[in-house]
Amino acid sequence: MTVKMINLTIDGKKIGVPEGTTLLEAAKLEKVKIPTLCYHDDLCIAGNCRVCVVEVEGWRVLPAACATPAMEGMVVYTNSPLVRRARRDILALLVSEHSTQCTTCYRSTNCELQELAAEYNIDNEIYINLIKDKHFTIDRTSWAIEKDETKCIRCQRCVRTCAELQKVNALDVIHKGANMKIATFFDTVMSEVVCTNCGQCINRCPTGALTERRYIDEIWDALGDPEKHVIVQTAPAVRVALGEVLGFEPGVRVTGKMAAALKHLGFDSVLDTDFAADLTIMEEGHELLDRLKRKLVDKEDVSLPLMTSCSPGWIKFIEHMYPDHLGHLSTCKSPQQMFGAIAKTYYAERKGLDPKNIVNVSVMPCSAKKYEANRIEMNDSGFQDVDLVCTTRELGHMIRQSGVDFKEIPEAKFDPFMGDSTGAAVIFGATGGVMEAALRTAYEVVTGREVPFDGLNITPVRGMDGIREAKVKLENVLPEWSFLEGVELRVAIAHGLTNATQIMDDVAIGNSPYHFIEIMACPGGCIGGGGQPIPTNAEIRRKRAEAIYTEDEKMVIRKSHQNPEVIQLYKEFLGKPLGEKSHHLLHTKYVRRERV
Amino acid sequence: MAKRKLKRVDLIFSQDCSCKDILTAALKKSREEIIQELIDSGLKGRGGAGFPTGLKWKMAAAEKGNRKYVICNADEGEPGTFKDREILDRVALKVLGGMALCAYVIDAREGYIYLRYEYRFLIPKLEKMIETFHKWMDEFDLDFRVKLFIGGGAYVCGEETSLIESMEGKRGEPRNKPPYPTNQGYLGKPTVVNNVETLVYTMMIMRIGAEEFKAMGIEGSSGSKLFSVSGDTHKAGIYEIEMGMTLEDFVKEFGDGDTKAVQVGGASGFCVPRKRFKETTIGFQGGLKGFSLPTGGSMMIFNSSRSMYNVLHNYLEFFEEESCGQCTPCRVGCQQLLKGIEAIKRGEKSHRYLNDLMRLSETMKLTAKCGLGQSVANSFASIVENFREEMIY
Repeated sequence: MTVKMINLTIDGKKIGVPEGTTLLEAAKLEKVKIPTLCYHDDLCIAGNCRVCVVEVEGWRVLPAACATPAMEGMVVYTNSPLVRRARRDILALLVSEHSTQCTTCYRSTNCELQELAAEYNIDNEIYINLIKDKHFTIDRTSWAIEKDETKCIRCQRCVRTCAELQKVNALDVIHKGANMKIATFFDTVMSEVVCTNCGQCINRCPTGALTERRYIDEIWDALGDPEKHVIVQTAPAVRVALGEVLGFEPGVRVTGKMAAALKHLGFDSVLDTDFAADLTIMEEGHELLDRLKRKLVDKEDVSLPLMTSCSPGWIKFIEHMYPDHLGHLSTCKSPQQMFGAIAKTYYAERKGLDPKNIVNVSVMPCSAKKYEANRIEMNDSGFQDVDLVCTTRELGHMIRQSGVDFKEIPEAKFDPFMGDSTGAAVIFGATGGVMEAALRTAYEVVTGREVPFDGLNITPVRGMDGIREAKVKLENVLPEWSFLEGVELRVAIAHGLTNATQIMDDVAIGNSPYHFIEIMACPGGCIGGGGQPIPTNAEIRRKRAEAIYTEDEKMVIRKSHQNPEVIQLYKEFLGKPLGEKSHHLLHTKYVRRERV
Repeated sequence: MAKRKLKRVDLIFSQDCSCKDILTAALKKSREEIIQELIDSGLKGRGGAGFPTGLKWKMAAAEKGNRKYVICNADEGEPGTFKDREILDRVALKVLGGMALCAYVIDAREGYIYLRYEYRFLIPKLEKMIETFHKWMDEFDLDFRVKLFIGGGAYVCGEETSLIESMEGKRGEPRNKPPYPTNQGYLGKPTVVNNVETLVYTMMIMRIGAEEFKAMGIEGSSGSKLFSVSGDTHKAGIYEIEMGMTLEDFVKEFGDGDTKAVQVGGASGFCVPRKRFKETTIGFQGGLKGFSLPTGGSMMIFNSSRSMYNVLHNYLEFFEEESCGQCTPCRVGCQQLLKGIEAIKRGEKSHRYLNDLMRLSETMKLTAKCGLGQSVANSFASIVENFREEMIY
């Protein structure tokens, strides 16, 4: 079908665009930037900030470029005196309703309102400051997310994120007129609502209204305390995004620089969550095989498909939305929590440390990890397994505070002993990665051969489609797995909770054709996590994912079960996967939660 | 020229004809004939915006698809308007008849009356009328059913896309336009939203014909209209008057001899000071010399005892609360205008700040997402321009 072309004039230049193109997109094609605030690449059009207004000849009003389709013969001006005046007025209005304490704002220098206000040279004194008279609050109840009403510009990006991408609807609009604001159900505090702590709202907030709860000071305190042995673990997705907050382009891998900078910050041991990711694969892979055996051989009534449990946003989501189906979740803790539990037991023992003096810090691409670390059941080591969680963004702040020249710092390696990892662990950071890692191991355990994909790259499970599926046929299996001979293993992957609900709805009615399902709460998986650098969009996420797969290919060992430190851990401490010690330290239970 | 003496008309509330007879005759005509007749009559929407009714029906009729809707907008909320309540109370069958006509023309099977929440005392009566109406529909063999929908109480829901959002169970907030409701309305289907009074006039045009209707009124504003007269008058009430009257004639009839200003079109309308009465006519803009002001029917008369600052303050308080809060110019603009005139009155801001506020109201008119925010400037600018000294001292 041929697309109808629309001819219009933008700033004096005649152009043709396909029918349905908005004026904003048309201008972009012409390399003209129209300022926006409520617009976001990942979200539907709202057209409510009105910053993107343009002048159209013959029109009575200035339409919003983001919401107006190009029409035949239109003559558009994107920067006329009328347009500039209107935009300035609108920005001045937003500023009058905004706490302009930019000097103390966490998002200062990375704030879209600040940038536009500077660009349009807004005079803060034109209009009356409105926030003085309003009873705005800062909600710091959540372990993960802070909500500051004084900085909200009501663009509703967070509302759209929560509804469209995540289908959680924890945030919505309440009241009208001057009292209109973004709030939770009945304006309850953030800690008491369905919020999954995924932090996608933070990634799309143009200002500092939504931020992660920060633990920077607590981490510095721990580092400064000579009594404490401070361990840091870094998640796979951090190393491909940290560069963005420290002057690199998206998609640059800064693993070595990050390890060096962490050592400079003063951590006693710079270790890798990837080690625990390999451990997770050992446990979860065997859990899958165990469930298959119980189902096929012992004819037990076990829950299949098995679903991954690495993403704490997803865990809280299923606890709220599908509390009757928690049996499908893998009982494995996430890599962060496995790491924490092992660090305060095995690591402490081998290093001759008192676990009460160990402080486990983790650097995560995620805000929900902050919540996860504080779940009351996460203390199997006898202490809180993970003490402090910071995001990629917070680490960026800390590195800047430390004065390290990140661009120039020579690369370093992770410390040994829980610092070793494989390519399988690194790809945990991208959607489909856990699945790929699990298949690399499970297939080999069952058949004794490598997965039948070129260079171990299981491409069908990769990519950015919201839901993907793949099949792997198990043939010529080892004798002990004979019950799996000829079984076609069916797997699915979803990222973003809206996609997860599509899969879950089938699981809930017992209609799911899969054996194993990977779900990540955030679009793109952890590389698009709520703790990652801002801004985010499909292109940036694609670049980070590419970097993840490059990192994998550069690794010498690319299968979790070949991680020498993991092998050693089982030999010296855990025994075998799903063994008694594993059960105690590495597995967990889930909680039924209300839907409000 | 637009000069005419006031002429009372009796179409809307007249009981000299049966709705059933009008429908019987009208439904024998083809769809195209009805549309043409409405276009010829020059009937424009009586809710205040003045969109040509025939054209609206034509656009909806041209849309493909088997599900279309007719919605009667009875969310009468403009301050100073109280005509739709009376129409629904006294001649609801004429309204339903108009909806049937529209349904026939655009090929809709379902219709809704979006009734203002405060008018719920009308429900029992309307339900009875709808029952009668449905019997007629069976007799006419017209597959059309009407339901009542009770609004949630927000002023902005009188704006048609907010009204539709509200009916869909969402917050009553205006949509981006285009697409317009005739293209994608209720549940994404082609929808005609007409004011209560407009629907009655479609029936009246079927009865008296386009010629006779057009003979009334003036160029660009044909026919008659209901006016809700209130304020400093000894004759407050509802009057059906030919379009095109001058304010001078209006005030002569309804004023108390001391009229200082008339607010035409409610809080979102224009304030006309005495010196402009002569040159101001009531009708829809276009084809007229002098001032021609549209109105949904609200005519508020103020005499010299009234402070225009208080009048404006009252309107702005209303808008500050009734803005849906979605778009920046309206949400923040209304607060700034209100706080701004208060600050000037208290002497905290210089009188020159009025100029900044005037410019702001102009920005709101140009950039607000819907008619609510765009029309705040109407009352603001017309009151400030004409009664500047009352704002300051």
